[in-house]
Amino acid sequence: MSDLIRQNASVLANAIATKEVSAVEVTQAHLDRITAVDDKVHAFLHVNAQSALDQAKAVDAKVASGVPLGPLAGVPLGLKDVLAMKGEPTTAGSRILEGWRPPYDSTVVQRLRAADIVILGKTNMDEFAMGSSTEHSAYGATHNPWDLDRIPGGSGGGSAAALAAFEAPLAIGTDTGGSIRQPASVTGTVGVKPTYGGVSRYGQIALASSLDQPGPCARTVLDTALLHAAIAGYDPMDSTSINAAVPDVIAAAQRADVRGMKIGVVKELGGDGYQAGVSQRYAEALEILQGLGAEVIEVSCPSFEYALGAYYLILPSEASSNLARFDGMRYGLRVGDDGNNGVEQVMSMTREAGFGPEVKRRIMLGTYALSSGYYDAYYGQAQKVRTLITRDFNAAFEQVDVLVSPTAPTTAFKLGEKLDDPIAMYLNDVATIPVNLAGIGAMSLPIGLAPEDGLPVGFQIMAPAMADDRLYLAGGALEAALTDKWGHLLIEEAPEL
Amino acid sequence: MTTTSHGDVYIPFEEAMSRYEPIIGIETHVELGTNSKMWCGCSTDFGSDANTQVCPVCLGLPGSMPVVNRVAVESTIRIGLALNCNIAQWCRFARKNYFYPDMPKDYQISQYDEPLCYDGYLDVTVDTPDGPQVFRVEIERVHMEEDTGKLTHTGGATGRIHGAEYSLVDYNRAGIPLIEIVTKTVIGTGSLAPEVAKAYVKELRDVMRALGVSDVRMEEGSMRCDVNLSLNKPGDGWGTRSETKNVNSLRSVERAVRSEIERQASVLDNGGRVIQETRHFHEDTGRSTSGRSKEQAEDYRYFPEPDLVPVAPSLDWVEELRAGLPEMPSVKRARLKEEWNINDFELASLANSGALDLVEATIAIGVDSVAARKWWTGELLRVANEQGVELEALRVAPQDIQQVEALITSGALNDKLARQVFEGILASEGTVEEIIATRGLAVVSDDGALLAAIDEALAAAPDVAEKILSGKIQAAGAVVGAVMKATKGQADAAKVRALLLERLGVSE
Ligand SMILES: [Zn+2]
Repeated sequence: MSDLIRQNASVLANAIATKEVSAVEVTQAHLDRITAVDDKVHAFLHVNAQSALDQAKAVDAKVASGVPLGPLAGVPLGLKDVLAMKGEPTTAGSRILEGWRPPYDSTVVQRLRAADIVILGKTNMDEFAMGSSTEHSAYGATHNPWDLDRIPGGSGGGSAAALAAFEAPLAIGTDTGGSIRQPASVTGTVGVKPTYGGVSRYGQIALASSLDQPGPCARTVLDTALLHAAIAGYDPMDSTSINAAVPDVIAAAQRADVRGMKIGVVKELGGDGYQAGVSQRYAEALEILQGLGAEVIEVSCPSFEYALGAYYLILPSEASSNLARFDGMRYGLRVGDDGNNGVEQVMSMTREAGFGPEVKRRIMLGTYALSSGYYDAYYGQAQKVRTLITRDFNAAFEQVDVLVSPTAPTTAFKLGEKLDDPIAMYLNDVATIPVNLAGIGAMSLPIGLAPEDGLPVGFQIMAPAMADDRLYLAGGALEAALTDKWGHLLIEEAPEL
Repeated sequence: MTTTSHGDVYIPFEEAMSRYEPIIGIETHVELGTNSKMWCGCSTDFGSDANTQVCPVCLGLPGSMPVVNRVAVESTIRIGLALNCNIAQWCRFARKNYFYPDMPKDYQISQYDEPLCYDGYLDVTVDTPDGPQVFRVEIERVHMEEDTGKLTHTGGATGRIHGAEYSLVDYNRAGIPLIEIVTKTVIGTGSLAPEVAKAYVKELRDVMRALGVSDVRMEEGSMRCDVNLSLNKPGDGWGTRSETKNVNSLRSVERAVRSEIERQASVLDNGGRVIQETRHFHEDTGRSTSGRSKEQAEDYRYFPEPDLVPVAPSLDWVEELRAGLPEMPSVKRARLKEEWNINDFELASLANSGALDLVEATIAIGVDSVAARKWWTGELLRVANEQGVELEALRVAPQDIQQVEALITSGALNDKLARQVFEGILASEGTVEEIIATRGLAVVSDDGALLAAIDEALAAAPDVAEKILSGKIQAAGAVVGAVMKATKGQADAAKVRALLLERLGVSE
């Protein structure tokens, strides 16, 4: 098998299982690719080649001994640096966790190991997942493989860029307001934010606990489904995890059929404020779906107008509390411990030095929103909006099977372009945020390049809670139709690096 | 009037009570005796090496998440039911945010405006010169939370964080399930306020013990009280309250209330204003010192804990727990009073000395009720008072009393020797048998040896024999005493007396 790095995960797994290629060869090919291109892309914060090769060797040993293996055994993966992995640096993109090596594995990592997926290393991200460009990483920005002067999205820009740069065929992201879907959108890859509680958060360094959700990232819908199935399911370590059977996402991705499916176009997510090329590709995708036998109708979700405002109260509020523990007392950075400063000063100096400006901005915002006297007006009000948004979704899902929208209003913007304008940066998540507030699942998949800039456009599919299989049913069908049309996957048009 | 080194001035209690009425409120923290912590599987054993009973969850490591301990919820519901509370059908945990190094997450998971149990009461009885008087202490809420780690401040004079050279944190205690029981304001106690406060805490402790939900050892901190108190002139509105923390024994509860009444009365007498503040109680002086002022209340930024799902106990479960509640201490006292045929005063002294359960346990294994009460409220209580510890803290177990009593009945021990056996047990000399053996405490029952001693005693006091023979049998006491002395108390006095009279051919 040639060009190992350009193969899909399912193809690689099959080749490894049939001994056409060894897991070690596959892993080595990806490690070589990382060595060759990651100086330019900076998708990875940390690569443990030895550990990856050891994991691959163990898979080859299992293949040799005839042990039955999972459908992704031996396939390499990039892990977003927000998930705890025993003994490996885990920084969440922040200076404040520099040097910390968790003594435990997150549930996602445990499940990846159980699936014999080879973890190459940790991918870059906006500090504590706060951002839409990966520019807020304390360790430097990640570059979009389609155009190295552009952002790869965020917060999971490292995971998406690793896929688009062929450094890994699989990656894990986490999505609090679009951190899986928006990077997928701007890098021409596929990402799914599962239903809240569908994948365990245990071991994910929390940004906003009621919104956070780990999920799968890959270059095809089927690979995404295979990874989804590997990490999903009830976990007694996460109280908010759902104790029910995981929808059969693999079967749905394989069926890839929208005949008779009712697809709702969210009126509020599109039109003004959306880049022309984004709107154009979106309209074409809707036509394709119609041509495949889906019924496309417009639905209205009037409360979505308030989603961004509510999100930027709830997220900072929870984050201000979740990030309190980074005080220099137990792990990570400690500043000012010179024998003269008291504990409060050391805490304060550590946080001053360890957190970047966006993190500080949100901690202050959240601290303010939770303050007595302001709680009802801000946090309380935001929770009411959240309820209204959930109602809008419920009403819409009474009419349709899935909802759709562009994933992001624009294609990848230039590095530095929105760094000094937080509001403009926040607006990039306007279409992805309602999903997190309602706790439902959503997918982004590529639907072409915007004519004006030649950059990937993402298509978002949203499904009711615990109906994640519908994402794959519709996404798989759209992907198949587009691949037929183009004769290849969009990602194959990505530039050589 | 007395003045302490901290500048606080006190007036005598009686004088204070002649001008002011106290209003008290008590917040009690109880560590639940669950095997594992509130959010993780770590052990709750007390006294292990520092930071050996910890895991990512109770250390609050990045990414870790709490999971509610169902047994802790069950215990809290049972406590609520025992305190006549309503049980919430749906309630949430909340985060109480503040920075402190003993708190791994820099927030405490607690409950805020949705406690699991609310609106209950506990009746307590206080002895007065007019007989027992019952006060109803209303319970505002019982809620669940987690304990913090334990800080040790090294260097510096005060042992407090300010001025310390460095501090060590032991997180073994972090995440141990804690419940907080908050009373409503207790009014109308008058000068009985200190006694009511103590009786409430004691009754609460007995309820916890009866439920088996905690070892409620105040000296180990598994039960801790904060006492709120304000004074006002009769007819006036309520005064400003202070909160006295660190009140860690029953005696301290009483003393803390008394001391704070004396202090606030002095402040008010002098036209001063009582400051809303936290005060720290000191066992050694029986006084409190001013802590942090609460005039500018800390903002804990409470919000619902998003890492946990709501607690929603089903009605069936609550009713099942209600049906399984044990006999409450007050009910039990009434029953025992009847069974043992004792009066209010005896019952109160048994209860107040902490002997009630011990006596009951002793009787339950077959010891006569009079003998059981005699040992616990006599010799053993004397020793406990002498050592300044609770009766139950003594090393003596009901089984020891059972063994000793059996030996007395069989004639192998007498009361005096029995006391020596207990002395041995208290000194950790071993089991009853071991102490009898090593101390050589067997009753001399060999008639020959006793007769020889009697003969010796008679020979030493010939006039006594004359008196007895002439009918003054009471004179026998002197000879018996001499024989007991000669045998170092290891004889049965009644038997010596019988042998003496037989020897002299005298019958009673
Ligand atoms: Zn633990």
